[in-house]
Amino acid sequence: MIRYRIPFLPVVAVIIAAVAALPIVIGSPSLREELFLVFMLVTLASSINIIMGYTGYVSFGHIVFFGLGGYFAFYLMQVQGWHFLFALIASAFPASLIALLIGIPILRLRGAYFALATVGINEAMRTAINNFEPFGGAVGMFFNFSIYLQYGGAKSAAVLAYYTMVLIAIATIGTSYAIKRSKFGLSLMAIREDQDVAMVVGIDPARAKVTAYVISSFFPALAGATFFFKNGIIEPGHAFDLIRSIESLVMVVLGGIGTVAGPIVGAAVYEWLRSFLITSSALANFQLFLAGLLLLVVVLFVKSGLVGWLRNRFPMLRSYIP
Amino acid sequence: MSFDALVPSAIDGLMLGFVYGLAAMGLTLIFGVMRVINLSHGPVIALGMYVVYVLFTGVGVNPYIGLIAALVIGLAFGIAVYLVAVDRVIDQPELTTLLATFSVNLMIIGIATAVFTTTPRAVDISLGSVGTGNVTILGTHVVAVVVAMVVAATLYAFLFRSRIGKSIRAVANNRAAAELMGIDSRRMLALSFGIGTALAMLSGGLLATLFAFTPLSGGTYEVKSFVIVVLGGLGNPSGALIGGIVLGLLEGVSTVVIPVSWVPVFEYAIFILILLVRPSGLFGSRT
Repeated sequence: MIRYRIPFLPVVAVIIAAVAALPIVIGSPSLREELFLVFMLVTLASSINIIMGYTGYVSFGHIVFFGLGGYFAFYLMQVQGWHFLFALIASAFPASLIALLIGIPILRLRGAYFALATVGINEAMRTAINNFEPFGGAVGMFFNFSIYLQYGGAKSAAVLAYYTMVLIAIATIGTSYAIKRSKFGLSLMAIREDQDVAMVVGIDPARAKVTAYVISSFFPALAGATFFFKNGIIEPGHAFDLIRSIESLVMVVLGGIGTVAGPIVGAAVYEWLRSFLITSSALANFQLFLAGLLLLVVVLFVKSGLVGWLRNRFPMLRSYIP
Repeated sequence: MSFDALVPSAIDGLMLGFVYGLAAMGLTLIFGVMRVINLSHGPVIALGMYVVYVLFTGVGVNPYIGLIAALVIGLAFGIAVYLVAVDRVIDQPELTTLLATFSVNLMIIGIATAVFTTTPRAVDISLGSVGTGNVTILGTHVVAVVVAMVVAATLYAFLFRSRIGKSIRAVANNRAAAELMGIDSRRMLALSFGIGTALAMLSGGLLATLFAFTPLSGGTYEVKSFVIVVLGGLGNPSGALIGGIVLGLLEGVSTVVIPVSWVPVFEYAIFILILLVRPSGLFGSRT
C-alpha cells in the first residue's frame, strides 16, 4: 500500500496565507488587528517552545528579547531615522547577541534556578531601561506622527506591519519545524530527557543549549520591533511585561508542549478565548479567573495539550502533525 | 550624600526587611519541602492585605487581631490550594508545578480585581512614633518587626522541636524514607503549603498597616521574595529572614547613595549574580 504523506510545512504555510489574506479580502481592519496579535503570539509561543519544549529549559522571562528588539528598532527609526525594514533586521542581531552573552552563564543552571534567573534578567533589563536616557527612560519613546508618511500614512504602515508579522510567524514555524526534524533537534530533545546521558553519547550540551536559546531569542526580537513600530509608543513596562511572557508559556502548554503545531493552536485558541471573554459583558470581570481555571484544568488533566491529546488519541495523526 | 539622611533611611529599611523576610520565609519553606516555586505567592500576600482591610473597615476589628484571622485563613486556603492544584502534579517537572501555581495566581487576581477593583486602599492606623533628633520610628513599624520576630521564632521552634515539625523536615529531606518511617507525607506537604501561605498572608496583613495597596500589589513583594530567597538560599527559612533584613537594609542605604530608580537594577543584578556564583545562597553550604 502506498502511503501518501501530506507535507506539513507547505500545508501550514497555505493555511496561514489564506487566514492572513482574509481581512484584506473582506476589508476588515478590526479582523486585521486581531490577526496581527494572533501571529505575534504564534511567533512568541513557537520561539519559546524551542527552548522550553524541545530543550526542557523553562524561560520565564523570554519577553526580554521582545522588548529589546522593540527598543533597538524604535531607537533606529525614531532617532536615527532608519526605514522600518532595515531597523527590523538590524534590531534582531544585537538582541540575539545579548541572548548569547546571557545564555552562556545562565544555561549552566538547571530547573527552577534557570527559570528564576530568566525572571531576574527580564526585571533587571526593565529597570535598567527605565533609567536609560537615550531610550527615553521611564517615559519611553513615541513616534512623531510624520514618521509614518514615508510608508504612505499610518494606515499603510499598519498593513506593512501586518504582512511583516505574518512572514515572521511563518519563518518561526519553519525554523521550529526544521529544528524538530534535524539532528540538532534530536540533540536538544536528548538534553531534555537526560543531560548527562546526552553528554555521554557525544553531544556538547552547553553548545546545543546556547544555540537553541539564541535562535529562540531572534524571532521575538523581530516581533517586538514590528509590534512597537505599529504601536508608535514604547515604554519599559509594556516592552518587558512579565505577564505576557507567562501567557506565552500558557499558550505552549495549552496547544501541546514540544510539538510544532501546538504553539500555533495554543496561541490562536488563547487569543480567541480572551477576546471572547473580554467582550462578553457577563464574563468580562472574571476573564482572568476563567483563564486561570482553564490553565489549571489543562495542567492537571490534559498534560500534553490539545495537539498532544489529538496525537495520543488518534495515533495515525502523528505523521501529519509534528 | 549625608550621614544625617543615611541613619534614618537605614533604620527604616532594616525594619521593613523583617516584613520582607517573613513573606520570603513562606516562599522558601514551600520550595524547601516540595521543590515547588509558588507563583501564587504575590496574590496571596495581597489577599492577606484585604483580609485585614475588610475586617478593619467592615467590622471594625483591630488590624493586629485581623492578622490572626489572616494567619488562620491563610493556613486553610493554602491547604486547599495544595489539595486542588498541586497534589496531582507534585512529582512532575518544574514547569508543571510552576504553571499550576500560576493558574491559582490568575484566579486570585481575577476574583480580587472583580471584587475590590484596583482602587488603592489603605488601613488607616497610627500608633504614634518615637524619635530623637532626625531619627523617627513609627509605632506601626516597631509592631511589624516584633510580629515578624515572634513568628519567625515560633516557626523555628515548630520545625525543630515539635513532632509534626520534625516530620515536615523529614519529608523535605527524603520523602520515601519519611514514608517508610510511617509519616503521612501527603498530609505534611499540604500542611507545609498551608504554613507557607499563612506566612505570606500574615506578611501581607502587616504590609497593609504600612502602605496603601491594590490586588496587584503582591507582585512587587513576590519578586522581592524571589530575590530574598535566593540571597538566603532556596529552601532555607532562617536564611530567608536574614536575606530579608539584608535586602531591606540594602534598599534603605542605597536610596541615599544612588538615585531611587536605580535601586531595583542593583537588586536584580545581585540576584542574578548570586544565582550564578552561589546558588546555595549567601549562608548556604558550598555545593
